[in-house]
Amino acid sequence: MRRQDAGWWLLILPAFLLMTAFYVAPIAQVLAISFTEPSPGLGNYERLFTSESVQRVILTTLRICVITTSLALLLGYILAYKIALASEAARQWWILAVLVPLWISVLVRAFAWVTLLRRQGLVNNALMEAGVISEPLQLVWNEFGIIVGMVHYMVPYAVLPLLASMREIDPRLLAAARGLGASRLTIFGRVFLPLSMPGLIAAGVLVFIFSLGFYITPAILGGGKTLMVAEWIGLQILDLIRWGLGTMMATVLVVAILATLAIFSRVVDLRRVFGSGA
Amino acid sequence: MDHAHRPGPWISAAAWAVAIYLLVPITIVIPVSLTDQRFLSLPQEALSLRHYATVLGSPEWLNSIWQSFLIAVASTAIAVVAGTLCAIGCWRLSRKSTELIRALMLLPIIIPSIVYAIGLYRYFANLDLLDRFLGVALAHGVTGIPYVVITVSTALAAFDPRLEQAARGMGASLSQTLRWVILPRIAPGIVSGAIFAFIHSWDELVIVLFIASRDVFTLPRRIWDGINENLDPAMAAVAVLLVVFTLLLLLLDLALRKRRDA
Repeated sequence: MRRQDAGWWLLILPAFLLMTAFYVAPIAQVLAISFTEPSPGLGNYERLFTSESVQRVILTTLRICVITTSLALLLGYILAYKIALASEAARQWWILAVLVPLWISVLVRAFAWVTLLRRQGLVNNALMEAGVISEPLQLVWNEFGIIVGMVHYMVPYAVLPLLASMREIDPRLLAAARGLGASRLTIFGRVFLPLSMPGLIAAGVLVFIFSLGFYITPAILGGGKTLMVAEWIGLQILDLIRWGLGTMMATVLVVAILATLAIFSRVVDLRRVFGSGA
Repeated sequence: MDHAHRPGPWISAAAWAVAIYLLVPITIVIPVSLTDQRFLSLPQEALSLRHYATVLGSPEWLNSIWQSFLIAVASTAIAVVAGTLCAIGCWRLSRKSTELIRALMLLPIIIPSIVYAIGLYRYFANLDLLDRFLGVALAHGVTGIPYVVITVSTALAAFDPRLEQAARGMGASLSQTLRWVILPRIAPGIVSGAIFAFIHSWDELVIVLFIASRDVFTLPRRIWDGINENLDPAMAAVAVLLVVFTLLLLLLDLALRKRRDA
């Protein structure tokens, strides 16, 4: 029996070796550098408590992530609710409307938002021509722009786990509640919402951890003025060559994400978050 | 009479608004790419294909497209071979330790690419892999493994393990069982995984920003520079070409799924 298993273990080996040599090792090195450069010790981590700029970046990131997660959950829930209760034929189209943005390049989407929102962009031009405003609005290269772009990126990620948990709700329960005279609002608040809670938590965890380390969209739509941790880390390494500080923040980021996952794995099955592969 | 519970008019309207929010930015690049003006705008007097001509006539853009394509093909091959075999091994052995290995394979989705990118920047400098085709293909291949592991594991979940046992019972070797029994059954899952791994590499920017500079200049890297330096309508033409390409891959995946479910 044992010897038979050896063949199956051999199948796992290439992926395991590749992953260890070219994924885990570079990341382990990041964690190590944060304790050794510029001098061995916890000096870099001390900056978490003493440096105002480090604290500002963390607070900005947390604020944007909380806002993004709430909005993505709200919009995602509305969309998933509509899809879950749609007829079979309509459902296909609605799902396509979620999947298409999910797979379109993040750069293309950020570029599209710049086209729409910049000073001489399509939105400002349209509003000026309609006479609604006389001065162009500052819609991008600030926190507002970042949030518009990030929520746009995250809504599909919120919809998928939400939809999976809503599809598990037995439609006969809703019909029964209606038959017993419940209003639409009561059916939603007392039956549908509680039953969809596992999906809501899973979607929240997924969107939050994706938002924490997001680089491209905040970098393009923030215009270098509003810094989130990922861009800040890149800046430390590429422009300021402060490896200690950059890797310290990277380590904090990884720990924050793993801690979030660990806490919520007690509340919700992580399989819901990462699909059946988890 | 329709007894199904349907959302009310307000929620339906809100759902439409969300769908428009999701789709408008992607569709707006189409008219912008056809503008007759020299700056980013909607077409004023006529539609024009000149910005497409600019892109498709530029050796820099074509070179980047070609490089991205080659890297995506190489990294997809790495991800598909390693990911498929790993998913099969984990599925067949199915115990605590293989669950851990599967969790390990998902790390690239969970850990932000900026953390991996700065680590790789330093790591590849020692291995002399910076700004090399092989380096980028390896990085994209390894980070593409999770997509293959997920889709193949899903396909395997629907596979009857007794088929494998029967094949082995009748004296088939492991490689025969793999080739004639398991792989044909999970082929649609493997193709799905390959498509996702391909798109992952094709779109990847953060890692490339750190480990490539001059010799390897992928398409996302060129778009990134374009967005940061000169916002001209040629960028919109590139965006449309990318959207069309991604849509074709997505439709291919949906068609394959339909055939599998049928």
